[in-house]
Amino acid sequence: MEFDFADQQPKLLMLMYGLVAFVVVVGGLLLLLDVVPAWFARRQEARLIAASASGVPITRRPRQREGLFALFFLLPTLLLLGIGLVVPAIRTTLLSLMDRDSNDWVGLRNYGWMFSDDSIVRVLVNSLIWVLLVPLVATAFGLIYAVLVDKARFEAVAKSLIFLPMAISFVGASIIWKFVYAYRGEGDQIGLLNQIVVSLGGEPKQWLLESPLNTLLLIVIMIWIQAGFAMVVLSAAIKAIPGDIVEAARLDGVSPWQMFWQITMPSIRPALIVVMVTLSIATLKVFDIVRTSTNGNYDTSVIANEMYNQAFRYSENGQGSALAVFLFILVIPIVIYQIRNLRQQREG
Amino acid sequence: MTTATPTVAVGTQKTDGPTSTAGRVRKRLNSRTATLVSIVIAVVWTIPTFGLLVSSLRPEDEIKTTGWWTAFTNPQFTLENYQQVLFGRSSSSGQLAGYFINSLAITIPSVLFPIAFACLAAYALAWINFRGRDWLYIAIFALQIVPLQMALVPLLRFFSTGVTLGGVTIMPAWDLVDEQKFAQVWFAHTCFALPFAVFLLHNFISQLPGDLMEAARVDGASHPKIFRTIVLPLITPALAALGIFQFLWVWNDLLVALIFAGGSDETAPLTVRLAEMAGTRGNEWQRLTAGAFVSIVVPLIVFLSLQRYFVRGLLAGSVKG
Repeated sequence: MEFDFADQQPKLLMLMYGLVAFVVVVGGLLLLLDVVPAWFARRQEARLIAASASGVPITRRPRQREGLFALFFLLPTLLLLGIGLVVPAIRTTLLSLMDRDSNDWVGLRNYGWMFSDDSIVRVLVNSLIWVLLVPLVATAFGLIYAVLVDKARFEAVAKSLIFLPMAISFVGASIIWKFVYAYRGEGDQIGLLNQIVVSLGGEPKQWLLESPLNTLLLIVIMIWIQAGFAMVVLSAAIKAIPGDIVEAARLDGVSPWQMFWQITMPSIRPALIVVMVTLSIATLKVFDIVRTSTNGNYDTSVIANEMYNQAFRYSENGQGSALAVFLFILVIPIVIYQIRNLRQQREG
Repeated sequence: MTTATPTVAVGTQKTDGPTSTAGRVRKRLNSRTATLVSIVIAVVWTIPTFGLLVSSLRPEDEIKTTGWWTAFTNPQFTLENYQQVLFGRSSSSGQLAGYFINSLAITIPSVLFPIAFACLAAYALAWINFRGRDWLYIAIFALQIVPLQMALVPLLRFFSTGVTLGGVTIMPAWDLVDEQKFAQVWFAHTCFALPFAVFLLHNFISQLPGDLMEAARVDGASHPKIFRTIVLPLITPALAALGIFQFLWVWNDLLVALIFAGGSDETAPLTVRLAEMAGTRGNEWQRLTAGAFVSIVVPLIVFLSLQRYFVRGLLAGSVKG
C-alpha cells in the first residue's frame, strides 16, 4: 500500500540522460554552425589578403558555402527521416513480398491472402465502414455545431466542450465509452446506454459483442473525438467569409436556410475538403480504439489493428507488411484528390 | 492566394455584424432553436466524460452496483480509487504512479528533439539558397502521408539487430534493456514527427518578412546568427503550437509505445497500461475510471491552458495546406 520512489530513480536518470543528449546535440550543432562559418570567414580573409598582396584575381564561391550551411541545418532531419521512415518504408514494401520469416520471395501471395481469407476480408469491410462514416458524420456534426454557436454569447465555452475530447487519448476515450456501453446481467445497470434502454422498456444488451452494431458503436467514439477538430476548422472558415457578402445577402432578404446553402457552403468548401481528407486519413489508421475496446474481437478489427496482430503477435512479417502497404495504397488516392483540389483553387 | 489567418474568437467576442434591424431579425429567427440544439449537443458530448469523473470518485461497491447518476441522490464520494490505482502495491491495482513517470520520461525528449531539428530544417528550406531546395521540401512534405505502420517492422529490427551491409556491421544492435528502451521510443517518435513538424514550421518561417532577412544579411549576419537572433524569437507561437501537438500526440500514443517500449513497468506509458487493464480487468471499474482520469488530466490541463496556440497551429497546419 505504499509507493517506493527509489524504484523510479533509474527512469528519471534515463530522462536526464535524454535531456543532456538533447542539450549536447542541439547545442553542439549550433556551436558548430557558429564555428565553421567563422573559420571560413577567416580563411577567406587570409586568402583575400594573400590575393591582394600578390595581385592574383580573387576567386569566390559563395554558393557552395550556402549549400554547406544548408547541409548542416538539414543534417539531423534528413538522417532521421532516412533511417526512421524512408528506408523502413522501402523495406516494408519488400517484406510484403516475402514469407513470414523474410527468407524467401513469395511474390504477391500475401496480397492474395488478404483478399481470400474471410476474416481479413471482414477487416477490410470494417475499415471501409469506418472511413465512409467517420469523416462524413464528424464533419456534419462539426459544421452544424459551428453554424449554431457562431456569434452566440456562450460561443467560447460551447466550443471548448466539443473540442475537449481532442485532448483525450484514444485509449482514455475508449474507456469512457466502454463505461457508457457497460452491461450487467442482473441488478441495476451501470452503463448509461443500457440504463436508457431499460428505462424505455427495452432489454439491456452486451453492446460490444453484437456484430455489426459493435463496429458502429466504436465509430461513435471516433466521431466523438474528431467532431471538435472539424468544428474548429470550419468555424474559422465561416468567420473568414467576407462580411460584405453576408451583409448583401441579408439585405436581399435571404432566409437563414438559403444563406447556409448559397453563401456559407460554397465559401467554406476548401476547408470542408481539408477536414474530410484529414479525417479520412486519420480514420484509416485507427488502431487504439479498436484495440482498447474489443481487441479486434467480435468482428470489429480494422486494418491497422490486424497489421499489428500479424506482425507483432503472430510474427507474420510478410502478411503484416502487406497490410501496411495496403494501408498506404489506400491513403494515396485521398491525397491526390486533395492536391487536385488545391490546384484548382489556386487557378480559380 | 492569401487567406488571412482566421482569428478564432476565444473569449473576446465582438459582433462585427451591424446591429441594424436586419441583424436583429436574423437573430430572432434562429436563436431559440439554435441555442436549444447546440446545448443538447454540448451536453451529449460532455456526459460520457462527466460520468467517468463522477464514477472515479465513488466507492467500489457503489460503482459496481448502481449507475453513476444515482450519486446525486445518494452522494458518497472517496479518493480511495485514486489512492489504489496510483500507489497500490498489488499487481492488480494498477501502480499507475510508475507508469505516469514513464509517460513523462517518454514525452519530454520526444517533444524537444523533433521541434529543434525541424526548426533548423525549416529555416534552411525557407531561407538558404541551394540547389534542389524545393524538391527536398516537397519530398519531406510528401512523407507526411506515409502511415507509420509502414516503418514499424524494419525500425524495430534496426534497433534489435543493427545494420549489416554485405556482411559488414555498419551499426551494431542497440541491445537496450529496461529503462534504456526509452531511447528507442524517443528515436521513433522523433522520426515520425519530423515531416509534419517541418511542414508546420516552414509555413511560419517562410512567411517572415524577407526584408528583415535581407537587412540582416547586408549587415553581415551569418545564417546561424539570423536563425538564433531573428527567426527563433519570431516563431515562438509556432513552436508553442507544435509543442502542444507533439505533446498530445506522444502522451496519447499507444501504437508506438506498445512496439518500442514494450509492456513492462520499467518503460510502458500510461496508455499501454490502461489498454491492458481495459482488456484484462474490464470489470474493475473503480480502477479503470480513476486510471483513465489520471491519464487524461495532464493533457487536459495543457490543452485548456494553451488552447489558443493549439487552435492557431491546427488552422495553420490544415487550412493553409
